[in-house]
Amino acid sequence: MSNVFSLKQPGSVEDRGLERNPGMPWSPEFVSRIRINRSAVERRAATMAKRRSVKKDYQSAWLLKAVSCIDLTTLAGDDTPGRVRRLCQKAMRPVRRDILDGLGVGDLALTTGAVCVYHNFIATAVKELGDSGIPVAAVSTGFPAGQIPLPLKIAQIRESVRAGAAEIDIVISRSAVLTGDWERIYNEVRAYREACGEAHVKAILATGELGTLANVAKASWVCMMAGADFIKTSTGKESVNATLPFSLVMVRAIREYHRLTGYKVGYKPAGGIGKAKDAIAYLILMKEELGNDWLDPHLFRFGASSLLADIERQLEHRLTGSYSASFRHPVG
Amino acid sequence: MSIKKILETMDYGPAPESTGFADEWLDEHERRLKHFINGQWADPAAGGWLETRSPARNELLAHIADGDPEDTGRAVAAARSAQTRWAALSGHERARYLYAIARQIQKHSRLFAVLESLENGKPIRESRDIDIPLVARHFYHHAGWAQVMDREMQGFEPLGVVGQIIPWNFPLLMAAWKVAPALAMGNCVVLKPAEFTSTTAVLLAQICSEVGLPDGVFNLLLGDVKAGQALVEHPEVDKVAFTGSTEVGRILRKATAGTGKKLTLELGGKSPYIVYEDADLDSAVEGLVDAIWFNQGQVCCAGSRLLVQESVAEVLHEKIRARMDKLVVGDSLDKGIDIGAIVDPVQLERISTLVELGVAEGGQLWQPEAAVPEGGCFYPPTLLTEVQPSATLAQEEVFGPVLVSMTFRTPSESVALANNSRYGLAASVWTENVNLALDVAPKLKAGSVWVNCTNQFDAASGFGGYRESGFGREGGKEGLFEYVKPVWEGKLSSKPVHKLPDAGQGSERPEKIRAIDRTAKLYIGGKQSRPDQGYSLMAHDAKGRPVAEYPLGSRKDIRDAVEAARKAAGWSTTTAHNRAQVLYYIAENLSARKAEFVERLKAFSGRAKRSAEREFGLCIDRIFTWAAMADKYDGQVHATPFRNVTLAMREPLGVLGIVAPEEAGLLGFVSTVMPAIAMGNRVVVVPSQHYALLATDFYQVFDTSDLPGGTVNIITGPRDELTLELARHYDLEGLWYWGSAEGSRLIEEEAAATMKRTWVNHGRFHDWTDAEQGAGEVFLRKAVEIKNIWIPYGE
Repeated sequence: MSNVFSLKQPGSVEDRGLERNPGMPWSPEFVSRIRINRSAVERRAATMAKRRSVKKDYQSAWLLKAVSCIDLTTLAGDDTPGRVRRLCQKAMRPVRRDILDGLGVGDLALTTGAVCVYHNFIATAVKELGDSGIPVAAVSTGFPAGQIPLPLKIAQIRESVRAGAAEIDIVISRSAVLTGDWERIYNEVRAYREACGEAHVKAILATGELGTLANVAKASWVCMMAGADFIKTSTGKESVNATLPFSLVMVRAIREYHRLTGYKVGYKPAGGIGKAKDAIAYLILMKEELGNDWLDPHLFRFGASSLLADIERQLEHRLTGSYSASFRHPVG
Repeated sequence: MSIKKILETMDYGPAPESTGFADEWLDEHERRLKHFINGQWADPAAGGWLETRSPARNELLAHIADGDPEDTGRAVAAARSAQTRWAALSGHERARYLYAIARQIQKHSRLFAVLESLENGKPIRESRDIDIPLVARHFYHHAGWAQVMDREMQGFEPLGVVGQIIPWNFPLLMAAWKVAPALAMGNCVVLKPAEFTSTTAVLLAQICSEVGLPDGVFNLLLGDVKAGQALVEHPEVDKVAFTGSTEVGRILRKATAGTGKKLTLELGGKSPYIVYEDADLDSAVEGLVDAIWFNQGQVCCAGSRLLVQESVAEVLHEKIRARMDKLVVGDSLDKGIDIGAIVDPVQLERISTLVELGVAEGGQLWQPEAAVPEGGCFYPPTLLTEVQPSATLAQEEVFGPVLVSMTFRTPSESVALANNSRYGLAASVWTENVNLALDVAPKLKAGSVWVNCTNQFDAASGFGGYRESGFGREGGKEGLFEYVKPVWEGKLSSKPVHKLPDAGQGSERPEKIRAIDRTAKLYIGGKQSRPDQGYSLMAHDAKGRPVAEYPLGSRKDIRDAVEAARKAAGWSTTTAHNRAQVLYYIAENLSARKAEFVERLKAFSGRAKRSAEREFGLCIDRIFTWAAMADKYDGQVHATPFRNVTLAMREPLGVLGIVAPEEAGLLGFVSTVMPAIAMGNRVVVVPSQHYALLATDFYQVFDTSDLPGGTVNIITGPRDELTLELARHYDLEGLWYWGSAEGSRLIEEEAAATMKRTWVNHGRFHDWTDAEQGAGEVFLRKAVEIKNIWIPYGE
């Protein structure tokens, strides 16, 4: 298939608003032309959050925004229905009522962006969340390593969608990345997208296992071309999870994709983001590199389990002026 | 704004850095900042005060002493009287003071940063995260050099009293760059900051006092040009170090010409920022933010001239514009801004005028829509595309947040455009192709080349310019040599060591023709050529008898010789091994003609045969020495503190003029020409007139030794006249001169226009038989320019 987008046409593409990314034909030149300079990326990542500062009410607002973007997650071997129900309740009431009132946002109906679980707990979560509007995300395709046959991956997606998952977090084949078989990844993610139907596809790259930043950028492009709604850094199970340099590379890929196609793809850093300060840094990254449209759960999520607790403490600190303690905030 | 509202806008909101401690400090000084002379705060002698203001807030910060020549005199006298004792301290003792200063700077880092941003207008992020840490690093690093001076700088001694004049763009950093190496090497200092920015220098003086630095070692002279001018002209000042505009640099070059004062100039730039089609474009765009929107573009090495490969130009420009949309201009004390205030309304006016001119000359102007704050001295980030090399803005330094862009087609065209500038301070190269990067970097005429990065500085790496960006290096071991002199230099004689025979001249014609007539000619471009004017001069032997005629070279011959040398670029790029081979071959062929040369030497020097043979033998030895050093005086990898390789490459100056010592026969010719060509320079040499025939004999040796034509060009004739032509020539990178004090002065004065590197003897004479005076390391050091190439790595 011929390349439908000229590499050289600046600013000629219409913005597609919040339309889902339909993907595009397999175009290897978008992959082969990618150049990433690691040192320069790291330099930008290191100074990003030092160039901007949010203080006081602004900081509180930004932290509340962060809460709304959290995929509150439990992905453990010892998950039980009870554990998942507790998590869902926390997702619906992520911050203590009195704190929200104190900050003047009691009427905002603040929830997390989603709840993220294994397939076996989709039904539990859907039921618990009821009509809260919070989507259930399920990890899939042989998460986290993805080392199962393709038909089983497709089948798993179909099962999860049937069970009520509105978002499917798939993993790409790292072996295909490391052997340079980008077309295979494209075809697989295309197939996942078809299997998802109305459910959104969040493509996990497992950045910590891809070896180079260039591979991270290339994998980002392949997934977006194949129709991913989100690209996501990590399963949370790799030894290196979300980092700002990985994120910078991925959001720049999203920006370039948007520039050339008009479609906005979402971004989800996952794993290792546990502090309110980190969350602010990621929001700054999104605002600086992509713009305010991406400061929204439609296009930005944190994959995190402990982040919320730290944010709650910071929010209470803003109200009382005293540093808070974790036992003052209900667990999820 | 309510939190709910903020959630809609997701603005950053204000994030002001408190000025509480800074205000307190200014109040402690009663907002009257004084000179610091001989360990004491000193009121201005004439009682005058100047204002210093915050450009972002348009507020008066303090008054500063308006120094005049009397203040300067006191400061210099204090430095003079302290210097002997300071230099006599052990390196370790000096190291302890410098170490203490570094510690104190770190302890008070935020106070420094806030004062710096208040007064200069730069973002607090930059003063806090870049300037002040670099300052501390500079003092630490040079504390180390003080400690090891005895072992690392053997044979060198301090200069004495150093006058240092620094600009307003990096007030404390420039102070550190100047003061730390000077003190480390045992000099005493009179520092004169720019009148716009004196506060952090005052705080530095206070710290010097607190750590117990002996009185008079560091003196601070405040005020404007009056104080600075008096400092430059003060006879007790041994060296002037200046960072600032090329215009002022020229004035200083003239003012110090012939005084014997050592001078370093770090001047302006119009540094190219080259983006190739295979670069990481997003990173290159971010690099531009650090290149031209760092410190409001008020950076001498700002990457202000974007050269982008045509194939990616449009995309890159679009990305740059998108990035510019995100830049925040605002109060320098706000932690969330990218661009602060321009230092002064005068500078703002200059920027506006230049940008208007740029538009008038066809540049396509683009500035982001975001409003620039009112009240302060602000200018928006600016991009001008379609700026051709012929446009004023492509040539002139703006010293503001203004980027001009032009395109190129091929790597060689990028180099040609990059080097199409009178300046040569820095360059950035963006490509993911290591072959391309390492091919281009050495070809760029710039003291610093940053590969896939920009504006990298460190105390361990030398910084400084080529061409009209000045000369001298700051940082690294290369920077230390600007603050010392070889011990032997002090021993140079004021009378010639080698005597010219003083016989009267006989008749103007040889008595009879004894053999077939031999015509000595000029040697230009590897060919013997007749002098343009068609005149010859008579060479007389030691007894005053006419021997033969030699050509009377003139300005046109100099022109031709420089052109020939310019063309012989291959000599500078051939391998050092090849150069060594040619030099050895020269020695071999010269040796084969020993009898003839010894005979000439004997005849013209009037010395005994044995003495002439000794000189000849020493000449062969010298050529071997420089042949040997050709592939040994190589570069270095500096240990700069991040993941990169900083290559300090020694590059030949290029085309070098040499006026050989009149009195030193063959040895003077060989001792000056050979190290120059060993390092890859092409030379135009004006040989001794008395020994002219030895030089014209020599070209036959060159001819038989595979020396490429144009590498050495010999112009015989009236030395003073030819010297002046060389001094005025714009296409020479350097000029070495051994002759009179007046000749030396003239050369330094003329160099103000061309900014060529000069090495003159101020009428003091080398003993050319001495190993140091005749063949010391200094001959190599003066033959090269150090370029630092920064190459970050990591995949």
